[in-house]
Amino acid sequence: MANKVVTDEVKAQIGTRGEPRVYEIERGAIRRFAEAIGDPNPLFNDEQAARDTRFGGMIAPPTFCRSLGSGIPQVKLDLPGFRALDGGSDWEYRKPIQPGDRITVQSRIAEIRETAGRLGPMVFIVVETSYTNQFGQLCVTQRSTVIRY
Amino acid sequence: MAKQFYFEELEAGYEIPALEKDPTTQQLVKYAGASGDFYQIHYDKDFALAHQLPGVILHGALKNAFLGQMMADFAGDAGWLKKLSVQYRGMDVPGVKLVARGRVVRKYVEGGEHLVDCEIWIENAKGEKTTPGSATVVLPSRAVH
Repeated sequence: MANKVVTDEVKAQIGTRGEPRVYEIERGAIRRFAEAIGDPNPLFNDEQAARDTRFGGMIAPPTFCRSLGSGIPQVKLDLPGFRALDGGSDWEYRKPIQPGDRITVQSRIAEIRETAGRLGPMVFIVVETSYTNQFGQLCVTQRSTVIRY
Repeated sequence: MAKQFYFEELEAGYEIPALEKDPTTQQLVKYAGASGDFYQIHYDKDFALAHQLPGVILHGALKNAFLGQMMADFAGDAGWLKKLSVQYRGMDVPGVKLVARGRVVRKYVEGGEHLVDCEIWIENAKGEKTTPGSATVVLPSRAVH
């Protein structure tokens, strides 16, 4: 089936990067995030208890990076509406993120593909976002899928 | 602190300790604030109804966080959650209890790490898996190297 929306011109947007953003990670922001999701794990809440672990202090919970907004490049599509759904995320964790870290967030359009849905064409946009600390170590990668229809 | 699991004590089929959640509208507001996701379908009922939704619905990323909590608990202080994948297949609404569950699919040693692949999901009160996914954790080993 020929693509109706994802033309060669649209596909040319694959690889586009957003503006990198830098965040200073605050202990209070980690605790607030843990409280909001209802996660009492001492690693994310209790500096004293976390000191005794191999991390030497508090770390951020697995999906904390959702609070570090990225400059996601806007994909231009010729769709009648602007309906969008969050399809899910694939995470890879290499290093913990800790209070005091300076994390650089960088997004890139990794994939744009089209399928025929019940309501017409559905476009799947995969955005890959990297979270790198002040030492240049890649801590986390998130591939999130947005569905536009 | 929760029990620390070791690589040797798990086999394929082992059920990960389940995590029960009872999300409320208040939690959705807290999550909106903590995550910075202020899409109104998660806290403004009129807006949600006008967008053909049954009312406010959970952020997919909040369900992702529930599965992350279950898996970080499973990995324990001595382990590490290495990969986490989730897909949002069905909507969930506040006031309906959810359970995060999972089971071990495979264990293996790779690159010097003791790895456990798991199938994970969130199910609603009807037992429907609204949020399936997978995860890989590194676990400590009792083997002496």
